Amino acid sequence: MKLLTCPLNGPRNIDEFQYLGPLRPDLAEGAADADWAAHLFRAENRPGPMVEWWRHTPSNTVFLAERHTLTDTILRTWLPGAKP
Amino acid sequence: MVLRLLKYGLSRGYPVTGDLPPTPDLRASYDVVIVGGGGHGLACAHHLAKYHGIRSVAVLEKGWLAGGNTARNTTTIRSNYMTMQSIAFYKEAVALYEGMSEELDFNVMFSQRGQLTLAHSEATLRAFHLRAETGRHMGIGIEVIGPDEVRARVPELNMDRGGALEIIGGLWHPDGGTARHDAVAWGYAREASRRGVEIHQRTAVTGFGVTGDRVTQVQTDRGVINAGAVLIACGGMNYDMALRAGVDLPIRCFPLQAMVTEPVKPWLHTLVSSVSLHTYLVQSSRGEVVIGGGSDPYQLYSTRSTLDLKEHLAEGAVHLFPFLRGLKVLRQWAGITDMTPDYSPIMGASPLDNLWLDCGWGTWGFKATPVAGKRMAECIATGRVPEVLAPFALSRFARFDLVNEMGATAASH
Repeated sequence: MKLLTCPLNGPRNIDEFQYLGPLRPDLAEGAADADWAAHLFRAENRPGPMVEWWRHTPSNTVFLAERHTLTDTILRTWLPGAKP
Repeated sequence: MVLRLLKYGLSRGYPVTGDLPPTPDLRASYDVVIVGGGGHGLACAHHLAKYHGIRSVAVLEKGWLAGGNTARNTTTIRSNYMTMQSIAFYKEAVALYEGMSEELDFNVMFSQRGQLTLAHSEATLRAFHLRAETGRHMGIGIEVIGPDEVRARVPELNMDRGGALEIIGGLWHPDGGTARHDAVAWGYAREASRRGVEIHQRTAVTGFGVTGDRVTQVQTDRGVINAGAVLIACGGMNYDMALRAGVDLPIRCFPLQAMVTEPVKPWLHTLVSSVSLHTYLVQSSRGEVVIGGGSDPYQLYSTRSTLDLKEHLAEGAVHLFPFLRGLKVLRQWAGITDMTPDYSPIMGASPLDNLWLDCGWGTWGFKATPVAGKRMAECIATGRVPEVLAPFALSRFARFDLVNEMGATAASH
């Protein structure tokens, strides 16, 4: 089983986690329809390092991870607001 | 067909011919460059050459012919979708599969054995009724059947009476079937190359030269070529490829995993899917039980299996057919699926005038091979998008006019 390091609970089996998808840029106040469409439907998908949201389900810890989408290597994990 | 077969069978020589010429040198320019030598790209090349007289076509394949998702899918062909737009499109695909061996003079082993999707809950059954009514309205073969008829069609099924996964009914789709996926690609490749289409294997597209609103150059690891029009049809790498031309598609890639068991005597005569178990099974003509339906839970560009996904597939298969418990897994693999937000493809025009898209095929690409090839060829040859493709335009996302097919599959998402 692959391990993912929860910033609160340390390394845990990856099936204890829920994937919440890539980090999306915030939408500006009063955004136009086209910006809304891009915000909702577009997502980071380039082969390479990617910043994404994860949740450790048993402890309900939501955090960020940087993972390489070609090698499936988890590079680092951190709590939102904390310095990675 | 029958007389030809007889003549061939009785001939002394059994004439053997090579199906494909070796990869030639790249020319300086082509009328059409197709990125991706899988089923879709080859079908498009065939239709361009045979029906539109466009023979200056290069199909560029990074690896080997049909070695991507064409070789990795579980060969399901069906048209029992949710929306009328999708049903119209896939209905045409089924019709083209019915005549494909004749069209290509190549046995693609199309076997129209019917597909049975299982309902384990009242909610699923209600959705089935809606799908059956929509399907009937669109003129496809589809009906909701009760547990007795499910049992009659597949006597080996574990009905799980009184259990959490009791089978309370099914969606029977007699039009459904399978074809040998490699043969589909080879048949198209042979016919296309007979008419002058060039197939370039081990030729990677590294980028595009874009001038104004047009793609003018296709850059490859074997040199730069000029193209009148370009089609992107490279499965799992569609997002990456389109981005090289500056087109940002709403696609996220996930591996989809499948496996086959050792061959056993034929006992499963339909395709069986379970929406609740995210598992589908079909027995190949060799007797192997093909099991599919497990998508990895996070974005990844990988064709490797994981133990937990294989366990999940085995669990589903063994629940439905407990006697499979002792069977050995013969082969296992994954394919990179290019998933869209609404589980429908992205076909037709792009923001660039001469760049065409045949993308977003996620977990539902093989069944569309002939119709996507035929209709994309029409786009390229006439410069216009046929009506049947209009709902699947890239522009639908900006219009919030999605074609939601999330519930039309038993693959896990």
